[in-house]
Amino acid sequence: MSIASPTQTLTIALVGNPNTGKSTLFNGLSGLRQRVGNYPGVTVEKKIGRYEYQGQSFTLIDLPGTYSLAPRSPDEMIAVDVLLGRRDDVHSPQAVLCIVDASNLERHLYLVSQVLELGLPVVIALNMVDVARERGIAVNAELLAERLRVPVVVVQANRQVGLTALKDAIAKAAVAAAPPLVSPFPEAFQQEVEQLGAVLRRDHAKADAAHDWPRYLVERLLLDTSGYLASTQLAGHHRDATALVAAARERLKTAGCPVPGVEPVSRYRWVGEVLSGVVTRPRDRKRTLSDAIDAVLTHRIAGAVVFVVLMAFMFRCVFWIAEPASQLIDALNALLAMWVTAFVPEGQLRSLLIDGVIAGVGGVLVFLPQIFLLFLFIGVLEDCGYMSRAAYLMDKLMSRVGLSGKSFIPLLSSFACAIPGIMAARVIENRRDRLVTILVAPLMTCSARLPVYVLLVSAFIPPLTFLNGWVHLRDLTMLSMYLLGIVAAVTVAFVLKSTILRGPTPPFVMELPSYKLPSPGTVLWRMLENGREFVYRAGTLILAVSIIVWALAYYPRHEGDLDPALVAAQASQAERVEELQASGDQEALAAAEATLQATDNLIAGAHLQNSYLGRAGKFIEPAVKPLGWDWRIGCAAIASFPAREVVIATLGVIYNLGSDVDEGSTPLRDTLAAATWEGTERKVFNVPVALSVMVFFALCAQCSSTLAIMKRETNSWRWPLFTFVYMTTLAYLGALATYQIGIRLLGG
Amino acid sequence: MSRLSELRIGKSAAVKEVEGLDEISIRLMEMGLIPGTQLTVVGVAPLGDPLEVEVRGYRLSLRRTEAARIQVDASEC
Ligand SMILES: Nc1nc2c(ncn2[C@@H]2O[C@H](COP(=O)(O)OP(=O)(O)O)[C@@H](O)[C@H]2O)c(=O)[nH]1
Repeated sequence: MSIASPTQTLTIALVGNPNTGKSTLFNGLSGLRQRVGNYPGVTVEKKIGRYEYQGQSFTLIDLPGTYSLAPRSPDEMIAVDVLLGRRDDVHSPQAVLCIVDASNLERHLYLVSQVLELGLPVVIALNMVDVARERGIAVNAELLAERLRVPVVVVQANRQVGLTALKDAIAKAAVAAAPPLVSPFPEAFQQEVEQLGAVLRRDHAKADAAHDWPRYLVERLLLDTSGYLASTQLAGHHRDATALVAAARERLKTAGCPVPGVEPVSRYRWVGEVLSGVVTRPRDRKRTLSDAIDAVLTHRIAGAVVFVVLMAFMFRCVFWIAEPASQLIDALNALLAMWVTAFVPEGQLRSLLIDGVIAGVGGVLVFLPQIFLLFLFIGVLEDCGYMSRAAYLMDKLMSRVGLSGKSFIPLLSSFACAIPGIMAARVIENRRDRLVTILVAPLMTCSARLPVYVLLVSAFIPPLTFLNGWVHLRDLTMLSMYLLGIVAAVTVAFVLKSTILRGPTPPFVMELPSYKLPSPGTVLWRMLENGREFVYRAGTLILAVSIIVWALAYYPRHEGDLDPALVAAQASQAERVEELQASGDQEALAAAEATLQATDNLIAGAHLQNSYLGRAGKFIEPAVKPLGWDWRIGCAAIASFPAREVVIATLGVIYNLGSDVDEGSTPLRDTLAAATWEGTERKVFNVPVALSVMVFFALCAQCSSTLAIMKRETNSWRWPLFTFVYMTTLAYLGALATYQIGIRLLGG
Repeated sequence: MSRLSELRIGKSAAVKEVEGLDEISIRLMEMGLIPGTQLTVVGVAPLGDPLEVEVRGYRLSLRRTEAARIQVDASEC
């Protein structure tokens, strides 16, 4: 066989069980030269890396970690399709690199036995040899290679040990012929596969079926009792292939190899034969550090306590460390705005830059420290093996809602920010569970909702206390908002699980990997990768939406629409300020400047009122009136769809205070408290209105970053759109109910 | 005859049969729980479910309802 010309890249598929060190090996081999994308129509990540070895370039396709190549869903089918060269968007692989865990070879060879049936050259990377050694497990790699008839290379992925030898073995394998097929199945089964394959291939030659029938796929068709393969692969076959499969299964049953049990039984028997004499375990299983840690961390009482403390610690850190960092970013934004003010003349452009770009994008950047910290924590939890313990500890609780313990950490993270939460949902293999988790994550009270709550609670909820001052009404109100989010999430999850995402309970049969010291490299890399992904995906959308909302709030700007008296007042006040600046009378100057500022704010408010946004607010007033809102609140709610925290600044402008307000500022609170319905003396805000606004913000999907990330994670606009619609509806109805009930109980 | 879900913590047993033909049973078998496999119940989660089981040298977590599909022979150990 000739060596492929150096310009032609050789394609290698990387497979392995979860928690084997597969990503570590992938990163070790391809370094920074990797691209991440999606396969169309599914939620599987397409990770492609490149490296060069001895002048030859290699493309490495990282397939999702799996215990078995037995597809029962489109997501699982990807790996098999890629391996069998049935996809147009990646090259067919010349060889398969299969990574296995030396400390746990029995289960890992199950996957190997499937890979060996693909008809491709295979290289085994024997990883975690240090862990095996620590447990007193000895593996004879040469003997293993001899038995499997494929090269076995000892590596230690986290230390980059053995990678050159591995690249060497891959380079040789990729241009060699596939090893002779060894089937672990009984003779009767192999014959059925032959016969069925022959019929399907003959069919295929006649019909215009899309793909050929490689042997492995025929075998899978025979074994797959879920019906997935039959429904997706048999479409182009005119013969009644389904009946053939059923008949074959019937024959196999009488022959004593019932489908599907014949597969695991045959494969594990084969594994036992291959490993006899290859692996030597100590007679008494050594108690390792990992076992000792596990005894505490999954203990009925100690485990629960550690879990609660750990989660509390995570949140404290996220808020404590992220707070100063966010303030710094805020300050930088302000600086940037000042700089723009100094260099860009007043007008559209300045307004666009300051109120559109800096306010919009900056408002999201403020949450970056928090998001990065959460990525970091989740990364550490995943890397050290605690993530699956958390799922184990919380499974019972989550199963009440129809989810599994794997949804817990993603939902918990969403209390700080839904974005890391939604991305953490990747660990949930079941598509339906994963979708439900992603769809309800934005209902959790994220930190962007806090400013809104703080403002409204401190302005409108009386500072009453109960039980000798131990319980504050304001705290209770805040707490109820958190509870509202949880209750809504639980309810929606339950409804989704029993309607559009209904299905059989997925197995919770899950490996609890041994504990490992998290490797800083992997964790940091993952944090940066996720962070970059977020900035890129959300950044572009936020920018677009912020500019749109800015334009709505700015145009059409006719100076002529303003009250002439107001404009005249502004001009004369500005003159006065200039005069006083010359004279040096500080006290008078300050007073004059304050007057001018107030007039400026009035003008800004008037502009907003005339803008498209203001008109939209007025237009929707009949719709928001039943919520107890006037058009200005409606406006602020519309403006905060890109990012909910924007509402504070919008309220500031709309109530003529300028946009430099924050949730703690007394003038904003006082102004809100004093605001009246236009042309009347009736106050806009009272307790029911404040509560209705809070409920709206608790339930509404006012975060375009979240929607952008949702699009990326589900690989379709359908789910973010769905979320937007259901949350907005929920928010409206919730606010409506709150106001209508509140006004009856409490009065205006 | 007993089931895995009935084993007390610390008890070992050998798998006799995994009942059912659906995804859950297939997954259990893929994870190595086939007739003859030795296993030990290591622990149970704070809320009483799921179980932690040691099998083929690694730790597996599974719910009681899933464990109830596995017939075991506790006498052998
Ligand atoms: N002790 C040890 N740890 C490893 C080895 N290879 C990877 N790891 C660690 O195992 C953990 C899981 O690795 P990862 O690549 O995320 O696994 P994946 O789930 O298969 O992608 C990480 O903490 C790695 O640093 C190894 O050979 N020895």
